Amino acid sequence: MSNREPGSPGARSDLPAEGVRRFDAELSPVLRRYPEDRKASAMIPALRIGEHVFGHLSPAVMALAADRLGVSPARAQEVATFYVMFNTQPVGRHVVEICTNVSCCLTGADRIFHALKQKLGVENGGTTRDGRITLREVECLGSCGTAPAMLVDEDMEERLTMDKVERIVGALK
Amino acid sequence: MSDTLILTRRWGEKDSHTLASYRAAGGYAALDKALGMAPSAIVDEVKASNLRGRGGAGFACGLKWTFLPKDIRPRYLTVNADESEPGTFKDRYIIEHDPHMLLDGIAITCFANDIHTAYVYIRGEFKRQAEVLEVAIAEAYQAGILGPRLLGKVDFPLDIFVHRGAGAYICGEESALLESLEGKKGYPRLKPPFPAVVGLYGKPTIINNVETIANIPWIVQHGGAAFAALGVGKSGGTRLFCVSGHVNRPGVYEKPVHYNLKTLIMEDCGGIVGGRAVKAVIPGGSSAPVLAADEIDVSMEFDALKAAGTMAGSGGVIVMDDSTCMVRALSRIAKFYADESCGQCTPCREGTPWMEGMLERIEHGHAVRGDVDKLVQVANSIGGQTICALGDAAAMPVQSFVKKFRAEFDRHVEERRCPFGDHAWGKTQETREAIIGGVRV
Repeated sequence: MSNREPGSPGARSDLPAEGVRRFDAELSPVLRRYPEDRKASAMIPALRIGEHVFGHLSPAVMALAADRLGVSPARAQEVATFYVMFNTQPVGRHVVEICTNVSCCLTGADRIFHALKQKLGVENGGTTRDGRITLREVECLGSCGTAPAMLVDEDMEERLTMDKVERIVGALK
Repeated sequence: MSDTLILTRRWGEKDSHTLASYRAAGGYAALDKALGMAPSAIVDEVKASNLRGRGGAGFACGLKWTFLPKDIRPRYLTVNADESEPGTFKDRYIIEHDPHMLLDGIAITCFANDIHTAYVYIRGEFKRQAEVLEVAIAEAYQAGILGPRLLGKVDFPLDIFVHRGAGAYICGEESALLESLEGKKGYPRLKPPFPAVVGLYGKPTIINNVETIANIPWIVQHGGAAFAALGVGKSGGTRLFCVSGHVNRPGVYEKPVHYNLKTLIMEDCGGIVGGRAVKAVIPGGSSAPVLAADEIDVSMEFDALKAAGTMAGSGGVIVMDDSTCMVRALSRIAKFYADESCGQCTPCREGTPWMEGMLERIEHGHAVRGDVDKLVQVANSIGGQTICALGDAAAMPVQSFVKKFRAEFDRHVEERRCPFGDHAWGKTQETREAIIGGVRV
């Protein structure tokens, strides 16, 4: 484990000071969950907070997380790009993620996903031109008994029908 | 066969997730009893219970606990709530309906093994379940159950923390989970050493699945022998079976660990939608080798399914009717493993996308003669050649689907199209009411 001190070169950035203050305030209680010499354990929560505060994980946000946890920016980047829930590029105001794994497709997810792509005019991973919705195909969400399922901004929606999906997606501003 | 319910008995009761409700039902009495026992006596009861790991591998829980080296501290407990094996959806409901039962089990496990810090690693997609668990933990601290004095009466400090992941199937693999918990990408570790010896932060660590730990309070209260008696042979207790796909009543069913697979599908789940026939059943999560219709009259106990050439795995039963295209289904499973391969071992990193591509070609009529054999050859070159079990998990569906439904694969190649056309996922694709531990949703 690296022994970088906070304030090392990786921390220099153009991030707004207010955002950095919010980031630090939200990270502080999380750090108490791990041994003092194992702050890097908080990498996933730190990146989640960073994405929540700054919108997406830009290199500057990753560097900020790495700095606060005493590791190299490369470590933060490695984690940010390994886990699918992190966004290293800007996304729409809402993220809709539809499971198309076996149990969901056996109950119609394939058709729903195709219809939704057409309706929104985007391909898998694309964002609508008005920046409203990013649509993604994702792997099993653990809702196979109540399939098909999707996440809307990380909230689970289950037992989907095309009507239900249109209602939910249509209500997103 | 016993109809005793251990895990789901309070599901559907009003506010079953609250401390007040759990206490009113006699909750934490098991912890109270455990605190009056010698820690080694608790471990002995768990050994006698024949409780086997509910996450997938089915390893004897009590035996696992005895692998901790005697003289190294601190030790850690990590509870695996990653639940990402396709077809599996049980741990989330334990957390949603009865999180204090899990905390009760964690506290007893920690007391029995002299552990003072436990982490619950929950998959990132379970945001709501993570919140429910956080609230339950806060309640338990406030009531003095957790913290410096266990249950407010014994000088045994215990902290329980939730650690939420961020989307990676591989982090359900125990050593990848530890890497992730240490703030790294989820690369599985070479074993040995096993986590019981060198685990979290290099310290001895027990890793158990949510459902496994949730059984501990009942075992302490009723005794290991009573739990063992609910099952058969070397497998005790009940199990949560998750049924999805083309059945009339999908859901979570708590049944004795050796319950019959065909009875579960045809009776408990009301048979197949539209009265169609079963074509194939994956009995233990998408990694488990598929069973053909004439193979499902079998006990779901770990060793029985192993003898049937498959595995009980995580208890995820995926049912496909006779209108489903086996190539389409396998192709989607192959895509999953290609997406989720962590990239550490060459056979898996390179082999899984290769299999996905070949299956796509077969499904869409672009394959050439010999491709099906080549597909199996690639699968055979991955299985057993990787650091973790994901390689085997990716190979086993391919090997079993081709073996059991070979004619269907060949027909795709010969006809240069999918014979099922637009209905490859079956003729009755629709969502329907589920029964989750007796609760209609």
